Amino acid sequence: MTTAPSELESPEVDEAIELSPPWVTIVWNDPVNLMDYVTFVFQTYFGYSKAKAEKLMLQVHQEGKSVVSNGNREAMERDVEAMHTYGLWATCEKS
Amino acid sequence: MTRFRRRRKTVIVSFAEHEADILANLLRNLVELLYDGLPPRATESSDPLAALLDSDGPTSPPEDVVLQRLLPDAYKQDDMASAEFRRFTERGLREGKVTDAKRVLSALEESGADEIALEPDEQLSWLRALNDLRLAIGTRLDIKDEDDYSTWEKLPDDDPRRLTYDLYDWLGYLQSALLHNMRH
Repeated sequence: MTTAPSELESPEVDEAIELSPPWVTIVWNDPVNLMDYVTFVFQTYFGYSKAKAEKLMLQVHQEGKSVVSNGNREAMERDVEAMHTYGLWATCEKS
Repeated sequence: MTRFRRRRKTVIVSFAEHEADILANLLRNLVELLYDGLPPRATESSDPLAALLDSDGPTSPPEDVVLQRLLPDAYKQDDMASAEFRRFTERGLREGKVTDAKRVLSALEESGADEIALEPDEQLSWLRALNDLRLAIGTRLDIKDEDDYSTWEKLPDDDPRRLTYDLYDWLGYLQSALLHNMRH
């Protein structure tokens, strides 16, 4: 059994949290990954339709990068980690 | 010649024996590379909390360029956040890649020159492992962008990079063929 701390400080609430813009996951172009494979990863991991996955893949290919998901920071870090598992080059940042 | 075919959700691959050996050797090198430089997991006696949270991983990028590509930074312009992300995830990422590579390796070792039947979750491991090999070789060759493709294709036979590029090309064929047999 543990006792409750005698002085329980109220947790600090970061008021910026609710107002802060969502974070994004960005996939960057690289010369190795096959276009079909990148499309497949977007379909498999994010559950995107083939049309949406292909559009994102082409954006990566032609423009050098594409925002593939958005949400809170933890979710974006999970997405980045998953992309790295598949060998895609991904980063996250505040949008 | 490597052949792929599909039976319902199963993909069946058959290798010529020397091809299976080549692929197995590449995978063994990859596994060795992924284990290289990875600090041992914290034990209960050293730091139980770190072990519990799996937060005892490395905080700086690997020195090897191939590992840098396989285990990239998660933030472009925030080294501190990248370091923190790496501390919690790099070990798991390495272990996942090793698991995929070993899965392919054991299938190759068990089958010899026989057909290998790949169920859907094994197909994913194969795709990822083939991709990691292509990333590794592509990085070592310093392949820069799509424009280089024709240059690479036309490398003379006596160029020291020729054999490596042929392997890279072959791995791309394997990955592509596997993917297409999975999808249709």
